[in-house]
Amino acid sequence: MSSTPIDEVVSNIPGGEETPHEYGIETLAVHAGARPDPVTGARSTPIFQTTSFVFDDADHAASLFNLQTFGYVYSRMTNPTVAVLEERVAALEGGRGAVACASGHAAQFLVAATLMQQGDEFISSRNLYGGSVTQFGVSFPKLGWKCHFVDPTDPENFRKAMTDKVKFIFLEGLANPGGIIVDLEKVAAIAHEFGIPLVVDNTLASPYLCRPFEWGADLVLHSTTKFIGGHGNTMGGIVVESGKFDWRQNDKFPGLGQPDPAYHGLVFAETFGDFGFTMKVRAVALRDYGPTLNPTAAWNLLQGVETLPLRMERHCSNALAVAEWLQDHPKVKWVSYSGLKSSPYYELAQKYTPKGAGAVFTFGVKGGYDSGLAVVDEVNMFSHLANIGDTRSLILHPASTTHRQLTEEQQIGAGAGPDVVRLSVGIENVNDIIADLDQALAKA
Amino acid sequence: MTTAAATKTEGDPLRYLPHHDFYSDDKLRRILSSIRTFAMVGASTHWKRPSYYAMKYLTNKGYRVIPVNPARAGDEILGEKVYGSISDVPYQLDMVDIFRSSDEALEITKEVIANKDEKGIRILWMQLTVRNDEAAELAEAAGLEVVMDRCPKIEFGRLSGELSWCGINSRIISNKSLRPPR
Repeated sequence: MSSTPIDEVVSNIPGGEETPHEYGIETLAVHAGARPDPVTGARSTPIFQTTSFVFDDADHAASLFNLQTFGYVYSRMTNPTVAVLEERVAALEGGRGAVACASGHAAQFLVAATLMQQGDEFISSRNLYGGSVTQFGVSFPKLGWKCHFVDPTDPENFRKAMTDKVKFIFLEGLANPGGIIVDLEKVAAIAHEFGIPLVVDNTLASPYLCRPFEWGADLVLHSTTKFIGGHGNTMGGIVVESGKFDWRQNDKFPGLGQPDPAYHGLVFAETFGDFGFTMKVRAVALRDYGPTLNPTAAWNLLQGVETLPLRMERHCSNALAVAEWLQDHPKVKWVSYSGLKSSPYYELAQKYTPKGAGAVFTFGVKGGYDSGLAVVDEVNMFSHLANIGDTRSLILHPASTTHRQLTEEQQIGAGAGPDVVRLSVGIENVNDIIADLDQALAKA
Repeated sequence: MTTAAATKTEGDPLRYLPHHDFYSDDKLRRILSSIRTFAMVGASTHWKRPSYYAMKYLTNKGYRVIPVNPARAGDEILGEKVYGSISDVPYQLDMVDIFRSSDEALEITKEVIANKDEKGIRILWMQLTVRNDEAAELAEAAGLEVVMDRCPKIEFGRLSGELSWCGINSRIISNKSLRPPR
C-alpha cells in the first residue's frame, strides 16, 4: 500500500522522527483542532448547524451507541464545530481532551456530577466568583453534595478540611475578583496525597498566562465566555482533562474505575485510558443533564480564541499601567493586583503568571460603599456590567451585584467587600482608559 | 490509567530504550497503512472488554484481526476463530498486537520471534500501558519493528481525525484534511 504522500502532508514533526515538535501557544490558538473540511476544503471551521447525524447502517448505529466507534450521533453530546473548540482549548492547556458546554457554571456542574455521588464532599477555595460560591454553597447541597470553603492563601487549610468523603479540591488559580494567586503546586501535592484530583478554574489567567497542568492540576475549567471568547458576545464553558490522573488508584471514583450502570457496565478509565474522564463527562453527564454548547456559539468562541495571545498581552500591559496609576491616586485606598510589586502575591504571580497578572483586579475607593458606587456611575467608556474578559474595559461594584447574595463576611472573605470596585481592563488605548477613571474618581 | 513513563521496565538500566518514549506520526501512519492482517494476543470474547472494542473498531476499518487467547481457543470473536497460540494461527500475519501485561509481553515476544519467518511477521505492537524494553530489544535484534504503550485503535482514530470528533487532543497541526492511515 502506498503511503508516501499522506505521510508527508500530515506530519506533525517538522524536523524528523526523533523528537516531538512542540508548537507555541500562538500557533495552537490559531490552528489546533482545525484542519480544512475534508469534503469542501473550507479553511475556516464550518458551522455544523444540525441536531443529528445519519448512521451508515444498523451495525454502525449500534457501535456508536456502545461507544465502540468514534462518530457523531446527536449534537447534545458531539458536534463537529464544537469538537474543534474542544480540541483547541485542550491543546492550549496541554491537556488530553475537553468537553465544551453551555457556560462556566455548566462546566462546574459536569465535573461535580461526574466525580460525586449523593453524600460526597469537596473542598473549595473561598476566593471565587460570587456565583460559584452560591452554586457550591446553596444549590449543590440540594443534590447531596457538600462544599467545605477554605481560605486558600495557606495551602495547609485544604489539608485541614480533608475528610474521607472529599472527592476533589477546587480553586481559581488567579482568583476573581481579588487579585489573589493560589499556590497551585502546593495544593496539587496535598490533593494527590489523598488520592483526589485538583480542579482549577483557569478563566482569569487563560492558558496564555498559566497552564495549571504544568503545576500538577488534573482538571481545568473555563468560563469560555471570558478571555477564551474574549469579545463579550457568547456564553460557554469547557472542562479539560490532563490525562495524568489515575482514577483507579483507589475506590473513590466508582463511576470511572468500576463498571458503570449508566453505560451497560463499561469501565471508562480502562476502556478509554487517559481520556476516560472526558468520555465519561460527555457520554453520561452531558448526555443526561444536557447543558450543551450550540454550534454557532462554538464558532463565535473559536473566532475569539484565535487572538487570545495577542489580546492577553494588551490586557496585561494595560492592566499593569492602570494598577500602577491607581495606587498613586489620592482617592484610592488600596489596589489588589498581583502584578504590582507591593502585592503580597507578587512572588506567586512571578512564578505562576510570569507573562502578566491578568486584567481583572480590584481597588478600594476612599469613602467606602457610596464612593465605590459613584465611580461606577461616573465612568464614560468603562461599561458597568457583570462580565469580565471582554475587549472593552468593564467596571463593577461586586458587593451590590455579583456578590450581592453573600453575607458581608462572605463578601469580605471573597475579596468583594463594600468599598471594592472591580475592573476588567480592556484592550483600548491605555491613556483613554486612565483618563476615564481619572474623571470618574474626580467626581466620586 | 498509567502511561509510558510509569511502566518502564524496572531493573537493568541497559534495558531502557529511550527511542520508545516517542513515536512520530509518520512512523505510526506508515505501520498502520502497511498492515492488513494481524493477531491480537489477549482478545476477549466479552463485548464490554477494551480488547473487544479495539478488535471491533479495527475490523470495521478493514483490518483482519485474528484473536489469540489460550483460554478461549476454538471460540469465535466477531466471526473469527480464536487460536490458542501464535504458532497455531494458520495465516500470514503482518503484525502481532499484545493485549496482555508488560510482564507477560516477554514470553509472547519470544513466541513472535520464533514464528516471525514462517508467518511473515514484521511488526510487534504492545498495547497502551504495556511496555517491556527487554522484549523490545530482543524483537529489534530479530529484525522486527516495535511499538509499545500505544493502542492501534486510538492511533488509527487520532491519525484519521476521528478521535478529534470527541474533543481529544490529536496534537496534529496540518494544512490538509486528515485521512485514515489505509
